[in-house]
Amino acid sequence: MEKTDIVRSRTVVMPGTDIDTDQIVPARFLTTTTRKGLGKALFADWRYDKDGKPRPDFILNTPAAAGCQVLVAGNNFGCGSSREHAPWALIDFGIQAVISTGIADIFRSNSLKNGLVPVIVDQATHGWLLTNPGVEVTIDVASCELRLPDGRSVNFPLDGFSKYCLLNGVDQLGYLLHQSDAITRFESERAWKP
Amino acid sequence: MSARSLFQKVWDDHVVVPESADAPAVLYIDLHLTHEVTTPEAFNVLRSRGLSIRRPDLTVATLDHSTPTVPITTLKDLDVVSEPAAAAQIRTMIENCEKNGIRMYGYGSDSRGIVHVIGPELGATQPGKTIVCGDSHTSTHGAFGALGFGIGTTEVGHVLATQCLLQRRPKTLAINVEGQLPRGVTAKDVILAIIGKIGVGGGTGSVIEYRGSTIRGLDMEQRMTICNMSIEAGARAGMIAPDDTTIQYLNGRPLAPRGAAWDAAVARWRGLPSDADARFDREVSIDISQLVPMVTFGTNPGMVVPVTDAVPVSDDASFRKALAYMKVEAGKPMLGMPVDVVFVGSCTNSRMSDLYAAASILRGRKVAKSVRMLVVPGSVQVQRQAEAEGLDKLFREAGAEWREAGCSMCLGMNGDIALPGQLCVSTSNRNFEGRQGIGARSVLASPLTAAASAVAGVIADPRPLLPN
Repeated sequence: MEKTDIVRSRTVVMPGTDIDTDQIVPARFLTTTTRKGLGKALFADWRYDKDGKPRPDFILNTPAAAGCQVLVAGNNFGCGSSREHAPWALIDFGIQAVISTGIADIFRSNSLKNGLVPVIVDQATHGWLLTNPGVEVTIDVASCELRLPDGRSVNFPLDGFSKYCLLNGVDQLGYLLHQSDAITRFESERAWKP
Repeated sequence: MSARSLFQKVWDDHVVVPESADAPAVLYIDLHLTHEVTTPEAFNVLRSRGLSIRRPDLTVATLDHSTPTVPITTLKDLDVVSEPAAAAQIRTMIENCEKNGIRMYGYGSDSRGIVHVIGPELGATQPGKTIVCGDSHTSTHGAFGALGFGIGTTEVGHVLATQCLLQRRPKTLAINVEGQLPRGVTAKDVILAIIGKIGVGGGTGSVIEYRGSTIRGLDMEQRMTICNMSIEAGARAGMIAPDDTTIQYLNGRPLAPRGAAWDAAVARWRGLPSDADARFDREVSIDISQLVPMVTFGTNPGMVVPVTDAVPVSDDASFRKALAYMKVEAGKPMLGMPVDVVFVGSCTNSRMSDLYAAASILRGRKVAKSVRMLVVPGSVQVQRQAEAEGLDKLFREAGAEWREAGCSMCLGMNGDIALPGQLCVSTSNRNFEGRQGIGARSVLASPLTAAASAVAGVIADPRPLLPN
């Protein structure tokens, strides 16, 4: 996993609530056996018409969205399936952080394991971001701060462990492998065996 | 020790390293269910790091998601019916399992099927276990008093390599369900009503425990339907305390303990239900004694109404977008909407009791000419039993297609899809845009409502069609 400390970018706004992982990556793209190249599948059914041509009115196809690394989305973003293809596709497309009032559990967990920063903010901040698309924001992982262009700064929740992993590009498998002795002890000492 | 909930007992029993301010808990996993879609990249990562599978004996594999539901006898058949990527994915899964000594219930196995159908069927799903799978509907297994939750592919790799996961303790949400199920109203209607009440994000960060007289009266298949859709309320997991019904279901299953081990297991399971004074972070109550069959009208499972109601009215932009996608009009009744496709299947409703329910409506009736109906058993076991009882014949004679076991039309990735614009009444769990095929419009319902709608050719109330 790449290190992520600061994400500084203009925002692209998708105000819809409950944007599910079937929209982020439709199931028909899940027959792949690798995480690579999923950016083209991102929001495929919203991005392309039935002939595969980009829909000019879809936000990610507009010139304003080009190069944006921060997605501001409606509440409960990433609900639905556990497919890690969803954060893989967002990252492959160039998104590095998602801001919302609520982000679904499994999507959030998958995002953190791939360096995509989930940023949960209060209603007022969210409302401001929704009505001011394209503003440049700074997401500072170390201080858990989202800085807005008017100088305001709001904190977002991020547990210490996830923060450490993001900042240092640490993948959690290495940490778990270090627990091998404890795991072996648990396996031999537990009262019943599965 | 202070009073503990069912969830807390299962959690405590699996903590390898307790959580701290600095790090999540290391949680041991007793059963890892795997399928072809969410595992290949996990195996890639392990291979590239030279890691082996820690406990292949606690890992179970099957083929369900991208698997076609037409007969497959040899892998060559796959190349004929599947698109190349899907066939390659299935081959990769089979190879990964062979190389790593993982039990694969694949083609030719009597036990292949949807991962959440075969776990319980085999008796691998047991009270008190931690169960994970790279699939959000792993919450199904909570019906047995297990802690079952969906994980991503990176975490699949963690479990393969270490049999553990890093987890923060979730919150607890008790949902008390009271009242006797009215005639024609099923577990599916109950869970749809619950999601309608708490919302698709209502369970976020929580493990639900379903409690109350209604739940105690449900059989295991109905309990699985309830727990299956916990994730549709955003919850990590849904659990039901094990009782005589649970124990009776598991007794004699191929992977259930036997002899003295069975007695010991039962004694342990008896201690799992929440203590009388256990506290939950939140409690919700619902009385289902007046519930009527439920159907969804929008593009998430929380957009749900009684089948006898009209489409609700709201000015919310996402709500209006959902109605536009569904081509339904606020204020118009749900009953009578023309139906193109009916799907009975999925990890929510593809077990024997679901097939009996659909059959009870279709017996002596025909699927409307304008409707394509698919009935897809959840497992080869279910398929065999249904065929032995002549249900396949009943469905075919009524005009439905009877298929091989798999996820089928629950998600459009195995060849079974609804076409653009088609309205599909489905017993599955997600009515998201395009879930069942590009542009397909999904209406979630119980097997009774689905079958009644197939007969009527429009969304229909099953209650007038119920056998005496």
